Amino acid sequence: MFEYEFMRNAFAAAAFVAVVAGCTGYFLVLRAQTFAGHALAHVGFAGATGAVLVGISPLSGMLIVSVCAGAGMGLLGEQLEGRDVAIGIVLALSLGLGLLFLHFYTAYAGQATALLFGNLLAVDRATIEILAALTVLSLAALAALSRPLLFSTLQPELAQAKGVSLRLISVLFLVVVAVVTAECAQIVGVLLVFGLMVAPAAAAQRLTRRLGWGLLASVALALVDAWAGLGLAYYTDWPSSFWIVSLGAVTYLLAALAFPDRS
Amino acid sequence: MSAVELQNVSLTMGAQQVLDNVSLMLQDAEFVGVFGPNGAGKTTLMRAILGLVRPDSGTIRVLGAPAARGNPAIGYMPQTRSQAPIGRLCGWDFVAGAAQGHCWGLPLPSAASRRQIDGALELVGARQLASRSLAELSGGERQRLLLAQALLGEPRLLLLDEPLISLDPHHQRSVVELARRIQQELRITVLFTAHELNPLLEALDRVLYLGNGHVALGSVDQVINGPALSRLYGSPIDVVHVNGRIFVMSGSLEIERDEHRHPHRH
Repeated sequence: MFEYEFMRNAFAAAAFVAVVAGCTGYFLVLRAQTFAGHALAHVGFAGATGAVLVGISPLSGMLIVSVCAGAGMGLLGEQLEGRDVAIGIVLALSLGLGLLFLHFYTAYAGQATALLFGNLLAVDRATIEILAALTVLSLAALAALSRPLLFSTLQPELAQAKGVSLRLISVLFLVVVAVVTAECAQIVGVLLVFGLMVAPAAAAQRLTRRLGWGLLASVALALVDAWAGLGLAYYTDWPSSFWIVSLGAVTYLLAALAFPDRS
Repeated sequence: MSAVELQNVSLTMGAQQVLDNVSLMLQDAEFVGVFGPNGAGKTTLMRAILGLVRPDSGTIRVLGAPAARGNPAIGYMPQTRSQAPIGRLCGWDFVAGAAQGHCWGLPLPSAASRRQIDGALELVGARQLASRSLAELSGGERQRLLLAQALLGEPRLLLLDEPLISLDPHHQRSVVELARRIQQELRITVLFTAHELNPLLEALDRVLYLGNGHVALGSVDQVINGPALSRLYGSPIDVVHVNGRIFVMSGSLEIERDEHRHPHRH
């Protein structure tokens, strides 16, 4: 299958995104903020479709809108806690707006499925370069951030006492999450981001008690899910997004069965 | 040098006046039990010493310097625990997460940090717990890890906020003994808030009692007596001694026990 350029592109794009999704997802799960990733992807849909209307690329639009939303979520912080209904309404509104933007730009209507469910086999060289750059940027930001991020996750009040600004850390982290969400949406679409960003990380946290190994396992599982999903898509001709999220679900299920909650 | 010095400090928490023009001085290397009714401001006082809340007036000095956030000389064991699902992590990684945690960069502890983490775990007798996951540990064992975390960075002042909460009497005793031993070994000042006086009686150098914006500071006998506590509570309080244990009564109600049953409002 590697004789086709579109397959080589798809494997490269999946690799760049899986590595950063595994790392970011690990902290997202540890902080119990997985829903934030889900939400940012939905908001990004309105950005991607709106971008087409004003004449910029969907990825740029998605990045701009979800980064703003991520920063906003970080700033609001605890005020968002327990506001499931309000958040859910904003998500629905985002998808609705996205639909409206597509309606105005009828020539683009065929792209709706690609945005919602991904179109990995259509990734071109230019997109890979953008994804690679975004991955390097996000990993660098996450690396710089990870120590106070971990501290404020494990012991928020102690971290605060030691001079860590919980709000700043939360804003910076959610901005990284927003960027990674936009990247993941290029692979599996905005609706299935959870499968690539959260499932491998959640499975990894069941496999080991060590932080470092957990992070590595999360990256490895995300990469295996993405690549194996692509391979299966090639041989079955079923959508790659279906295979990637299914493998994510199976991995998580197996990890949960092998290492059940002790309580 | 005094460990903590308050000069004419007034402090409010929401609408509640926690301290009303209070001055007091805590000595170096003393073990101080901090008591008072729910909402009297025990946690707020600690947060003020940490520089997390500012007094409305007056000055707070900690180890000779004005109270400021991020003071590395203060170790702190907060009462509220992280709500994050961190139970799968092992004890060592949990403690290590606090080592130099305020610095940017990757959470890879240096060799010096590792020695310090191991040293702190050794000090609280938790070397054996370090490889187990938090979810596998009992409440008392988890308190040891939290204490190890608070000891990172070799603090001169240790603030322990309700370390006995939800522990059975046996574990309560071992936590108090541990805190006292560490305080003596390291010659540091410990502020230890609690609901009940009795588990701490053996360990205390002095008592700090908060109530209605005022404080009483002194030995157990100086502070825990009818007239002194009646002044603090603003209502008649009796103090009853039975077999070396002390009971603080308001009418027919035992105050500390009664409060223990209420959910916490901090």
